[in-house]
This record gives sequence, C-alpha cells and structure tokens, in this order.
Amino acid sequence: MTDPPVTTEWEPVVGLEVHCELLTDTKLFCGCRNAFGDEPNTNVCAVCLGLPGSLPVLNRQAVEFAMRIGAALHCEVRPSLFHRKNYFYPDMPKDYQVSQYDRPINVGGWLELADSTRIGVTRAHMEEDTGKTTHVGESGRIHGADHSLVDYNRAGVPLVEIVSEPDVRSAEQAKSYVNELRAILFAIGASDARMEEGSLRIDANISVRPAGRAAFGTRAEIKNLNSVRSLARAVDYEIARQVELLEAGGTVVQETRHWDEDAGRTSSMRSKEEAFDYRYFPEPDLVPLDPDAEWQAKVKSTLADLPGDRRTRLGALAGMAPADVAVLVELDLDDLVTKAIDGGADPRLAVNRAANEVAGHVGPLGIDPVSFTTVLQMEADGRLTATQAKQVIAEVLAAGGDPVAIAAERGFEALASDALTAAVDEAIAAHPAEAARLRDGEQKLNGFFVGKVMAATGGKADGKAVIALLRQRTG
Amino acid sequence: MTAVELARAVRAGEKKARDVIEEHLDRINTTEPEIHAFNLLLADEARAAADEIDHAVANGVDPGPLAGVPIALKDNLCTRGIPTTCSSKILDGWCPPYDATTVTKVRAAGAVAIGKTNLDEFAMGSSTENSAFGPTKNPRDATKVPGGSSGGSAAAVAAGFAPLALGSDTGGSIRQPAALCGVVGVKPTYGLVSRYGLVAFASSLDQIGPMTATVGDAALLLEVIAGHDAADSTSIPGPGPSLVGGLNDGVEGLRIGVLAELAEGVDTDVAARLAEAAAALEAQGAKVGEASVPSATLGLSAYYLIAPAEASSNLARYDGVRYGLRVDGPDITSMYGATRAAGFGPEVKRRIMLGTYALSAGYYDAYYGQAQRVRTLIIRDFEAAYADYDLLLAPVTPSTAFSLGAKTADPLTMYLSDVCTIPSNLAGHPAISVPFGDDSQGLPIGIQLLAPALGEATMFRAAATLERAAG
Amino acid sequence: MTEPISRDDVAHVARLARLDLTDEELDRFAGQLAAVLEHADDIASLDTAGVEPTAHPVPLTNVLRDDVVAPSLDRDEVLAQAPATEDNRFRVPRILTADE
Ligand SMILES: [Mg+2]
Ligand SMILES: [Zn+2]
Repeated sequence: MTDPPVTTEWEPVVGLEVHCELLTDTKLFCGCRNAFGDEPNTNVCAVCLGLPGSLPVLNRQAVEFAMRIGAALHCEVRPSLFHRKNYFYPDMPKDYQVSQYDRPINVGGWLELADSTRIGVTRAHMEEDTGKTTHVGESGRIHGADHSLVDYNRAGVPLVEIVSEPDVRSAEQAKSYVNELRAILFAIGASDARMEEGSLRIDANISVRPAGRAAFGTRAEIKNLNSVRSLARAVDYEIARQVELLEAGGTVVQETRHWDEDAGRTSSMRSKEEAFDYRYFPEPDLVPLDPDAEWQAKVKSTLADLPGDRRTRLGALAGMAPADVAVLVELDLDDLVTKAIDGGADPRLAVNRAANEVAGHVGPLGIDPVSFTTVLQMEADGRLTATQAKQVIAEVLAAGGDPVAIAAERGFEALASDALTAAVDEAIAAHPAEAARLRDGEQKLNGFFVGKVMAATGGKADGKAVIALLRQRTG
Repeated sequence: MTAVELARAVRAGEKKARDVIEEHLDRINTTEPEIHAFNLLLADEARAAADEIDHAVANGVDPGPLAGVPIALKDNLCTRGIPTTCSSKILDGWCPPYDATTVTKVRAAGAVAIGKTNLDEFAMGSSTENSAFGPTKNPRDATKVPGGSSGGSAAAVAAGFAPLALGSDTGGSIRQPAALCGVVGVKPTYGLVSRYGLVAFASSLDQIGPMTATVGDAALLLEVIAGHDAADSTSIPGPGPSLVGGLNDGVEGLRIGVLAELAEGVDTDVAARLAEAAAALEAQGAKVGEASVPSATLGLSAYYLIAPAEASSNLARYDGVRYGLRVDGPDITSMYGATRAAGFGPEVKRRIMLGTYALSAGYYDAYYGQAQRVRTLIIRDFEAAYADYDLLLAPVTPSTAFSLGAKTADPLTMYLSDVCTIPSNLAGHPAISVPFGDDSQGLPIGIQLLAPALGEATMFRAAATLERAAG
Repeated sequence: MTEPISRDDVAHVARLARLDLTDEELDRFAGQLAAVLEHADDIASLDTAGVEPTAHPVPLTNVLRDDVVAPSLDRDEVLAQAPATEDNRFRVPRILTADE
C-alpha cells in the first residue's frame, strides 16, 4: 500500500489595481467636458488630441478628488510628479500617457472591509485616461478585426489608480474590497464608480503559494474585468489554473492574461511586440505638485462620512458587529435606523425590520424615521404582531401615511394585550388536561394553545405574545 | 527703418502700414528666390492685415506698439488655418486650429505676419540644411549656411524681408543663426515667454524669442511676447519685464565676466572680437573680469541626451492617425513604422533614436538621469559665477558661418558648434547674441551676453552698449 | 565605460520608436550613436553622488486651473485633418494581437 499523495495547501495571493474616473466637469489637462456617452470626438481639443504645440494644465478639482481618495484610504499625501509613460497605441493621442510614476500623490494607506479585515493600499496616483477603440470586422473584437476606429472623448479624462497590497486571499474578499472601494469613492463624490460605464476598471494580480510560505509565487495580471462578478470568477479560475499547473509540475509565467467572460477563462495576452519599455521620464510640460498642510486639511474637512465609520457607529448603537449592519449602510438605511433607535425603538428590532422589510423595497421610501419608530414601538408593545408590523411597514413604504391610522383601518388594534390575555385564559380554561401537561413541562403543547388562540382571534394574535402569556399563566 | 521707427510712423499716421508691407514684399520678391527664408509667404493676409491697421489709425484707434511692422514667424509656431510644417514632411497638409500665444500677442500689438520661415526639421539642427524643403542661404554670403535651426527667421531679418522675426531656441537655435547672419537674437529666461503653440522639440529647453536687426527692436518685441500665460504650466507668473526704457542706461558699474571655458578654442577672429567687446564694455564703465563655469563644457553631452530624449517622446504623436502624413500598411505597427520612416528626415530620426536609447531600460541612469544631474551642476556653477558678476560675456559660436554641406556628413561636428549656447538653455537663463564686427572674410560675428534668470533688463542694457560700440 | 552599440541594439531602439529603418540606416545610426555616446562619456563617468537631477529649470509648483468647461474643437474641423475617418472616428489599420 502506498501513502496517499501529499496534497499541498495553496494560498492565493491577490493584489488589485483599480482605475477610477473622477467626477470632474472637465478633463485632467484641458477644459473639454468629462462626460460619458456623448457623440464621438465632440469633447476634444488641441490638448487632449495631442495636437502639435498644445500644452497641459492640471485640473485643480482632479487633484482635490485624488487627495480625498487618499484621505479616505488613510494614505499620506506626498509631493508628487507626473511622468510620461511612452508607448504607441492609437487610443493615446500623444503616444505617451501622463501618469504619476515613482512619486505618486498618495502612498501607504489601507481599506477596511466590513468584516474588519484591512487591505493595504500601496498607492493611489493620478493619470490620464485613453480614448476608446472600436474594432470593426466580423468578430467585433480586436482579434481578427479588419480595422479599428478611435474616439478621443475619453482621452485625458482624469483617473486615479488605486493599487492594493497583495493582501487579498480569495475571490470573495476581492469582491468585498472592490465593493467597499466603490462605496467609498461614491460616498466622497470622487467617482460614480460605475463599472458598466467603464468609470471603474479592475486589473487583478494573482499568484498562489504553498500555505505558510512567505515568498510570493509568480503572478499573472488579469485584465478586462468588467464587473465585480467577473472579478470573482476570474480570481477563482486563475487560482485553480495556477494550482493545477503547479501540481502538474509546471511553472506559472509572469504575464498579462485576458479574462474571457463568455468562455469563463483567462488566456495569455502576449504581445507581438517585444517586452514593453515605457521609457518613463518626468513630464517637462507640468510642474511638481506639493500640497501644503493647509490645502490638505481643507480637502480632508470636506470628506463625507465613510461607509466604515457609519458601520462602526451603527453597530455600536445597535450593540451589533459592524459586519451585521453592513447592508444597512450599503443601502443608506443607517440614518433611518439610527433615528428610530434614538427615538426609543428597540435596536435589534429596528435593524431587523430595516434589513428585511425596508431594504427590499423598490422605489422611493415612503417611510420616515418618525413613522418607522412608531411601527417598531407598536410591535414591541404587542399592539401589532410581527406579521402585522411588516404589513404596516410595507404600506407606509409604498404610499406613506400614519402607521397608527393604517393599523386601525385594518383592525389590527383589536388585539391589544387585554383581549389577548382573555383569549389565552379562555383557552386554558377550556382545555384543563393540556394545560396541566404544559405545566408539567410538555413544551410542545405551546403549539396546541397558540393554535386555539389563533382560531379564537381569527389569526390576529402574535404567536410569541401568546407563548409569553401561556408561560405567565402556567409557569 | 527699425521696427521701433516703423511702428512710431504708422501709429502717427506718417506712414501707411500697407506701404510698409509692399516695400518688404518687393524686397522678398527680389531676393527670396536665392535665400529661401520662407516656407510660406503670407502676402495677401499681410496686405489685408496692414489695411486693417491703416483703417484703425485713420479712425483714431491705436493698433499697438508694433503697428504695421512685418514679422516673420518660424514655421514651428502654430498659426490658425495656416499650414505649420516644422519643415517636415510628416506634418504634410496640417493646419492648426489655433494660434500660438506669441502669434496672438504680436498680432494684438499690431505686427503683421508676413510669412512662415524655414527651419531645421522640428528645430533640430544648426544650419537649416535639415529642412524637408531645402536649405536657407545666408544673406551675407549665399554659399554659407544661415545657421539654425531658426535660419529662415535670421535670414529674413538679415535680408530685410522683415524687421522682426520670432525664432525658437532649444540649444542656441536663435542666437547661433542670429550671429551667423549678423542680426540680434534673444533666448529669454525659460518660462518668460509662453510656449503654447510652439511645436515642441525639447520641452524643458525650448523658448521662443526675438530675432531683429537692432537691440532696441528685440527689446520692444520681447516686451510684447513676454508675460504669464495660463495655457503654459511652466510660464512664470506676473507681467513681463520693462526693457526699452533702460536701453540707454549704459553699463557703468556693472560687473561683467568673460566666461573662460567658452572663450577657449574659438577661431582667432571670434576671440579677437570677444576681447574687443570686453574692452568696449570696460571703456563704458563696466568692471570686466574672468569668470568660470567649470561644468559649462559638460553641457554639450547633457544637452545631446536631454534634448533627444524629450524629442523622442514629443515626436511620438506623429503617427499617421490624427493629422499629417500617413503611409498605409496592413496593420497599425507597419503603418506607424512606414509613416515615420517616410515623414522624418535623417537628423530627426537620429535624434529620436538617440533619445529613445537614452531613456530605454538599463540606460536611463547613466544617460538621461546623469544629464539631469549635470544640469544641476551647471546651474550651481552659474550661481557661483553670478555671485561675482552681473552678466557673463562669451562667444556665440566658435566660428563664423560655414559653407553649405560642410558639416552634414558628420553630425557630431555639427553638434559641437552648439557648445557656447547650450549652457543657458540647460540653466533656463536668458542670453542675447549681438552682432559685433566681422571676420576676415567679412562674415558676421556675434557676441553673447548671458544673465541669470529674469536678468533680461540688465542684459539688454549691456547689449545696447555693445551695439553702440560696434557702430 | 560605454559599451559599443550593436546593430541589434539599434534595431531594437528603432522598433521602440516605430521607425522602419533600412539596413543602411541601421549601420549608419549605429556608428553615429556610438560617436555621440562616446562623447557623452564625460558625463556618464562623472561622480554626481548627492546631486539632485533638474527636470524643470523654473522651480514652480502647484500650477492648476479651475474645473471649468471650455469650448471643444469643431468635430468636422478635427476630422478633416485626419488621414482616414469612419463614423466620425479616426480610422486605423488593424491592431495585431498575440496570436496573429
Ligand atoms: Mg496606470
Ligand atoms: Zn480637450
């Protein structure tokens, strides 16, 4: 008998590079509109077309958005410099990209996921976006296209590229990171973070290593991840591919790979050209950036409430873990819940009703903190059963109105506690033998009595309240 | 008549701008076929602009300090709706949709653009022989080069085609042709004149400046084109300097140092004129001594790494996609390669190659990075020299105008002739070339005055003194 | 300290620069580049320890413009300058990928 093969435990190591377009009115270096979906080549000028003799002038708002992003990611703002990254591609009007290279504006931060895991942020630097290339031919893709068409509306749109440390360990975590980042970018107003419009784009650097080993494995860079779902699928696929390769005795090649969403796999993007040599050098047409403390403080003071802080605050108020209230923050329901709790509502009930009843509502919210608090208190007092409370919430959500009036209209108030007590007492009196067995500890008879009370009240009784009363009467 | 005199006469209504233009066009018609100063003559546009100026004067409106003065524009300055070629085939047919800031400024001051002048392709060269449209000849001797790269502008002024011209100076491209053609040429402080609309050669070195027959005209033109421009991030804040007012202030008490490292190894005639210039300034009350900028001679190597490196990136955009020449190919890479091979001349290709090499992986630190450090050393050495001196005096070129074709075979020899002008570009400092006598063959010699950043006013005082001494 | 430039180096640089050079040009440039770089040995071999590089001759920082929309160019004027257009876009030959 041979020993079963030793299976290595593989640990995935993932680093993410997220490019986000900034929500400025104009481009990074010129006054052309920064807008998605306009007629091709209508938002172009001498500067963003790279016409001979044109010169760039940096957009102050773009710098402030970059600093805001840095502040939200706990980065340090440093004196920075733009470089030219030289390579030929038709979507780049100057055949170089202006980008911050070895002196980025933001360095050394972190992002905290809802479960309190911190993912390091290496840097968040500024650069310009490229134009958009459409491939014409049978396939509609670059491969096998007959020719391509270029629209420079996007060329020169300001980007911040956020580079994470290789701290991500799973597809799920990669998803959480990107979702959290999107929430932050959105919250601080720096980007609309719409992946479907390409205003947020992700590259993933993926490697695997034997669990417990410190050194990283060789990584592959995955491009063309157009949604958080693609990201997760690609990370899973790539991890599996690398593990399989290594277990078969192969080696991972450091390369760029393309995610094919339809095929659900990555494939090598090896360029026909020789290895890239970007010939970075300081952009002579722009001067260095060196934000002083006053400017940095001013930018920080405009920073909106961040999702992480909101989770922590609501969690503390509700006596729950931040992760347990994450969905409420995500859906902007934390304010409603906070006000309800402040108004005297039971914290847990407020969180539960908001997460389960309010969260699922589609359309404008008809409920305000006052009416929400009222429903919660009616339920806590036993004036509404859980089912009734949910119904009232649904009605108020859809059309507004006073919960007390709605409950009355529906006859829900008939079940005030006196009536319920009477119904329970009647049931006990009518079934003395069962009552005795319940008294002896036969818990399943609770169900029997709840059924009797329900029948007597036309289903309006709250099961929990009935059981509480039974315990009181028979305990 | 000088530009100052012409503008005064036109503003006073004593002379019609239209007549001024016709006189210059007549001279152009006679001599231009031999000289080839222009890539494009703007005769009709100039006549129309002159008529407008006359109309304004007739209506009591002042057309400005350059009223009715013809100006020749180096053909690397963008002119709206008018072809701008950089003397390159690669910009074939391109019409800029905008004017360079300097072009807007001279027009607003009443100057009349009379033509676009020839240059070494993309301003790369020292003889104007690297033009896709053929060389310009030196008006002083048509067998000689006019210098370069602003050879067309220098020749236009020397030949009397226009009293004023704009050139651009990256490593001496204004001062060297000015010296070789016997006119005044000014390289202003980096950032004093907007580069917006100047087709870039080497962005951290390029400056636009005046080329004129007299120091006074240069001062007037520089006052017009200087000053902050929000479209150029490297533009120095604030208004430009006041120059014309101080031209007669003399050099009494100024400390002027003859720049030893650049005075060495020049032709005897050039050395003799330099000594005479120093003596003339001393006679006017300047304290003249010997100054040293030890790293100045290293400038040549630094320049021939930095300028091509920046150029290799600046010229990447000429790729056949958005404007200019395209030579088609089956795929984009072959289209790029074929277009650029057909569109650029040999000197431009050489510099793109050199610059690409200097920036490429493994060589950056030894070449580009090192050149940028030498730049720091040169700035430091200048600072030390300017602790003792207000201005420095040097030759512009080691020799006078050379024969057409004499240096085309050996690029390095051609590069070496830029040694005296390059340090000012690397430091970002101003310098002026003032005609100061001739050599034994009767070819003009220029003397260079160098000043620290924004030292134009003092520099012009000394230049005017030299000009008077030259007679 | 500089090594001579090989013809292969020159060919590599020409590819990076997207210049189709003839064999004659490759040979000529190899020699000329070598001559310039040999001259540059005076700085390549210089001890510049502790010397900061100068990228900009004028020490300006934080030159910024306000985020205000300015008119763009007229599309027809822009496209009229292009060697080839289609559908209001710039038309370029096919872009090769790895396996083509
Ligand atoms: Mg990037
Ligand atoms: Zn633009």
